[in-house]
Amino acid sequence: MRLDITPKPVAIPLGMIWVAAFTAGLVGIGLRLTSGHELANYTSSIPWGLWVAAYVYFVGLSAGAFLISALIFVFGMKSLEPIGKLALFTALMALVAALLTIWLDLGHMERFYYVFTRGNPGSMMAWMVWLYTAYFFLLIIEFWVAIRGDLVSQSSEAGLRGRVASLLLGKFGRAFGPRPRLAVAHSYDRTGDRQMLKILGSIGVPLAIAFHGGVGALFGVVGARGYWNAPLYPLLFIVGALVSGGGLLTFIVAFLWPEKGTEKHREMVVTLGRMTLAMLAVYLIMVWAEFSITLYADIPSEAEPLYQILGGPYPWVFWVFQVGLGAVIPIAIMTIRGKSIPWVGLAAGLVALGFFATRLNVVIPGLLEPQLDGLDTAYIDNRLEYEYFPSVMEWLVLAFIGSFATGLFFLGTRLLPLTDQKQEVSQ
Amino acid sequence: MAGSSRRGFLRQVAKVVPSVAAAAALGHMGLAGAKRSKPGSEFEGDPAVWRERFLEAARAAKEAGPAVDTLQAPVSPSKDVPMVMNITEDGFIPLAEVRTPRSSPSKVADIIRMQEELQKAMEKPMNQRKWIMVIDLQKCIGCSACTISCKAENNLPPGVVYRPVIEEEIGEFPNVTRRWLPRPCMHCDDPPCTDVCPVGATWKREDGIVVVDYDACIGCRYCLTACPYGARYFDFGDKYTDDTPAVQAYEKSPSPEYGKEWTRDGQGSPVGNARKCQFCIHRLDVGMLPACVTTCIGEATFFGDKNDPDSLVNELIASPRVMRLKEEQGTNPKVYYLT
Repeated sequence: MRLDITPKPVAIPLGMIWVAAFTAGLVGIGLRLTSGHELANYTSSIPWGLWVAAYVYFVGLSAGAFLISALIFVFGMKSLEPIGKLALFTALMALVAALLTIWLDLGHMERFYYVFTRGNPGSMMAWMVWLYTAYFFLLIIEFWVAIRGDLVSQSSEAGLRGRVASLLLGKFGRAFGPRPRLAVAHSYDRTGDRQMLKILGSIGVPLAIAFHGGVGALFGVVGARGYWNAPLYPLLFIVGALVSGGGLLTFIVAFLWPEKGTEKHREMVVTLGRMTLAMLAVYLIMVWAEFSITLYADIPSEAEPLYQILGGPYPWVFWVFQVGLGAVIPIAIMTIRGKSIPWVGLAAGLVALGFFATRLNVVIPGLLEPQLDGLDTAYIDNRLEYEYFPSVMEWLVLAFIGSFATGLFFLGTRLLPLTDQKQEVSQ
Repeated sequence: MAGSSRRGFLRQVAKVVPSVAAAAALGHMGLAGAKRSKPGSEFEGDPAVWRERFLEAARAAKEAGPAVDTLQAPVSPSKDVPMVMNITEDGFIPLAEVRTPRSSPSKVADIIRMQEELQKAMEKPMNQRKWIMVIDLQKCIGCSACTISCKAENNLPPGVVYRPVIEEEIGEFPNVTRRWLPRPCMHCDDPPCTDVCPVGATWKREDGIVVVDYDACIGCRYCLTACPYGARYFDFGDKYTDDTPAVQAYEKSPSPEYGKEWTRDGQGSPVGNARKCQFCIHRLDVGMLPACVTTCIGEATFFGDKNDPDSLVNELIASPRVMRLKEEQGTNPKVYYLT
């Protein structure tokens, strides 16, 4: 069973968009690698821009999708069991996108490993890197354990899927050599794997929370930025991960699941959609707390970034994407059409998409205020401006990362047993 | 440590980099013309001879135009007096010749005193001196000579400005006045920028100077976000000659920061690094005051060892006018302002 992507007219325009994005993205990567940061629009005053926001967004998707997989593997949530592997794979691909993004953001990409060889334990960023590295390895191992049973049965298939499965299982003869069809699929006892998944997931849950909470803390500990420097930040990030990751997973399951329209499918989509909605509600309460309290106190260093968000140069990022597409419309859709698979999928997709605006509005407004009155006009230079809109190169690099990760995801859905359930059913 | 070689290196740098600092200062004295000739071309031979000629030109210019108070100095340089600028063959004025303010001919100029205190402090082990800077805002006239001299001294690229001068207009027209606030790195005693560095590439030295190891910095820019004063900069690799036919010599010449030669080439350090004011460590190491101190025409910037109880800076920070920026951040800046 494969995810249902191709046999539809919509696949052709989507494919063309993908090719265009990937090609343009390659140009962006070329520019980034040859000219460094010269073509980027962030400045010394606003040193973090689109890429850092994108990184935070991608790690949030990853942590969110992973935590949902833990509901299945650790807490034994039966109704969602079929999507466990898909959730893990989504988490893995989002993490790949995140790491690629933040790697390209470094001034010296070749020195990334310094965080391991000479890391500073006093830095939240070092902890974040160590934690996501551990999380990355755990994710790979857990994903492997989750699919290897299905790989065994898939390895007996004819065609590319069989060869890939054989290769991953280390059966190089069957992967590259002639492939006589096996009469009987290998039997595989999954009891050990299930136990293993539970253990790995149990390690993964605190790890994912620590790691994504750590991303929030990375911003929260910066005392120089009143907007970031709030104890709410780690919590905001953890809940935000569940909102965005849940939204993405709901969208994927709603539109790409092989057996569409069955009662089982509807149940999964509705469950995931409701979870996303609940998390979104919690998130909105936290955002309300943040905005109402800060604006009431109205202390300039903390309130000014919020005024920038609400009415600065780019208010549509907040009102259109974050509030409109990311919250109001999805809530309305799920209220009116809460049982419809495509509507819930669409609403959840909007939540996931709109969350990118939320991430932008975490990173950039925190940097908009000059640290000292008059510093913005003390020395006039493009690189000292307190204004920021991403450059073409920045968007192209993001297009590459987005298309690269979706491309890998697509390949995974074609070649890996992400939704195979034969063995489980037979047990 | 390796003082002589650094001095030699400084001489080399001074030969290559046209002294924008001196030019700026001279420009303010109405002497820009005296500086236009190429170093060495007009004043060859014995430094004592060309020094005479230079001062003659200066006196002539003074009579012709604006006041040149600082050049009312006796023209008899003594080789025994330490000079702020040892690079005389390139047109710097030996401090001995500008040491005597008209008002108090017997009093040693502040700058000489600071220079002597600096050299005394440099004889101590590093952990026994603690550099501080004092900036008298009533003396600052907003000329930006410090900004420019810092740019020239450290050979800084576009967008990297270690010491901008913040300009503030107070009141409403026509009842307005202006105030200027030079903003070097505060060299905080509790620097928030060093804590956040994921690779420990930036730290506070034993003498209190906050430094960056260009060879270790990965360019994540976390420290830029963490500085409450906006005193850190990212080197994007921009050049003054971008979009022009040729890269000019002054862009190929190295920066002397941290006593090393840093040539900006391609994407190698210091391109892609966080950069900041380091109190001109390369000058301190050879017994010279930071460039912003020696070029301040209002003598508004002071520098010295806080651990020396007799130092000028210690006298100054005892003033009731003293303040520091953003005390509430708990950073304990080592740059003091007199308001």
